[in-house]
Amino acid sequence: MKRWLLPSLLLAALIGAWQIAASSGALADLLNLESFVVASPAEIAEALWQSRSLLAENAWVTLKEVLIGFGCAIVAGVGFAIAMHLSETVRLTFQPLIIASQTIPIVVLAPILVIGFGFGIGPILVIIGLICFFPITVNTLDGLASVDPEATKMMRTLDASRGQILRRVEMPSALPYFFSGAKIAVAVAVIGAVFGELAAPDSGLGALIFRDMNQLETARAFAAVAILSAMAILLYAILALAERRIVTWR
Amino acid sequence: MRQDTNMPTTEARDFAAGAASPAGEGAAGAVAIRDLSHSYAELRTIERLDLDLPAHGVLGLVGPSGCGKSTLLELIAGLQEPSDGEIRVDGAVDADGRLAHCAFMPQRDLLLPWLSAIDNAALALRNRGVRRGEARRRAAGLFERFGLAGFERSAPAELSGGMRQRVAFLRTLVAGKPVLALDEPFASLDAITRAEMQQWLAAALAADPRTVVLVSHDVEEALYLCDSVAVLSARPARVVTRLSAPAPRATERDEAVTDPAFVSVRERAMQALREGTG
Repeated sequence: MKRWLLPSLLLAALIGAWQIAASSGALADLLNLESFVVASPAEIAEALWQSRSLLAENAWVTLKEVLIGFGCAIVAGVGFAIAMHLSETVRLTFQPLIIASQTIPIVVLAPILVIGFGFGIGPILVIIGLICFFPITVNTLDGLASVDPEATKMMRTLDASRGQILRRVEMPSALPYFFSGAKIAVAVAVIGAVFGELAAPDSGLGALIFRDMNQLETARAFAAVAILSAMAILLYAILALAERRIVTWR
Repeated sequence: MRQDTNMPTTEARDFAAGAASPAGEGAAGAVAIRDLSHSYAELRTIERLDLDLPAHGVLGLVGPSGCGKSTLLELIAGLQEPSDGEIRVDGAVDADGRLAHCAFMPQRDLLLPWLSAIDNAALALRNRGVRRGEARRRAAGLFERFGLAGFERSAPAELSGGMRQRVAFLRTLVAGKPVLALDEPFASLDAITRAEMQQWLAAALAADPRTVVLVSHDVEEALYLCDSVAVLSARPARVVTRLSAPAPRATERDEAVTDPAFVSVRERAMQALREGTG
């Protein structure tokens, strides 16, 4: 009851306040904007319905980018985490580079990638992959190292090879950590897709927001933002559900 | 060298403590430690230690906390190489060789929570490439024999502390190694469960004799379970004295530990422990 009722009430109250502030012109006055630029929740809902096929089309493009980029980041992130866990040389060699990759401002990187990869899905996937890679790698690596050293000793006296210790003890132990990283990654993946689409505005919700903002189609831009949020929440929920089904021992 | 897990169980634990094994040092599971010293960086943990254990002998290591008894156990089990001296387990001198002859049971049960009780017990077989069905079938026999029938498919979290320790011990047995290295196996249990488990372990070892090195901080536990007990000094560890447990002992734990002969050996052990600590 508390779990659903309270957040729903809060959300309803915020939307209600926004509706009143926007339709009365108070919000436009406050922001010092023309009132037609300020979209009210009702106008956003209307735009959501009227442009539903356009929004769905672009949402599908963005969703595909997010899924492919996120998938690549999982493969690369888990692979790197395992390699860094098994080899100190690999860890020491790549750690600074992996941390540095997080300090690159995506806004700056995006146009450069477009020059390198051309327009299309290429640079967008690179950006999503790049920002998802870090939380997945770092969390999985922590998880692999979280194993009780006594358990490793126990496995060694039970004739386990290095690979068997990895597969039977370290990888299952790392699963909850991996899921934490993946849940952070999937939320930022959506942001990454928008950044990518701003630099290479071809299609997708980010490109649509960019166009609509320029054309002062504020309501539709906000509708696209709402869909992006819903997408992130949905992907997060799917991961949380998968975690609960897989990590049954916690 | 590996023994089959379904080895005959009629053999009794009938030799006297400290007595030379009839088959000599070459018998399956004999442990011989000569002039062993070990240190971590500057910290000397073990100094010039000698110990002998015949095949199927059960030796207790007691000593003050932090004296290096767990380190000694890891050295015997081949998890580490000593700084100096020699450890011979079943004729093997190098760490990998010792590792092949020892199974180690840590203080906490460390059952893998993502595996069922039987899959935990069968880990050693799986590690050797035995298929899951076959490994389960072989471990199931031991579940039956050691009072765990019906709990094969249970998750470790569903088992009581005592049952978890039993599964952990079976996991060590299933490895089929001649030497078992047990590191305070019941330290985490409450007093009543611990007493039950001691009696259970004594019966298990009588049914399936192995060479056992048991680290304990409980003199009574060590004397009840072992043929002989080596009392170690504070760090760096050396053997203060080695005491034989009174033999034969009653199988009932309460009966055994209240026997006057047992009580007198226990007092001598306590005395030695105090000397070694002081």
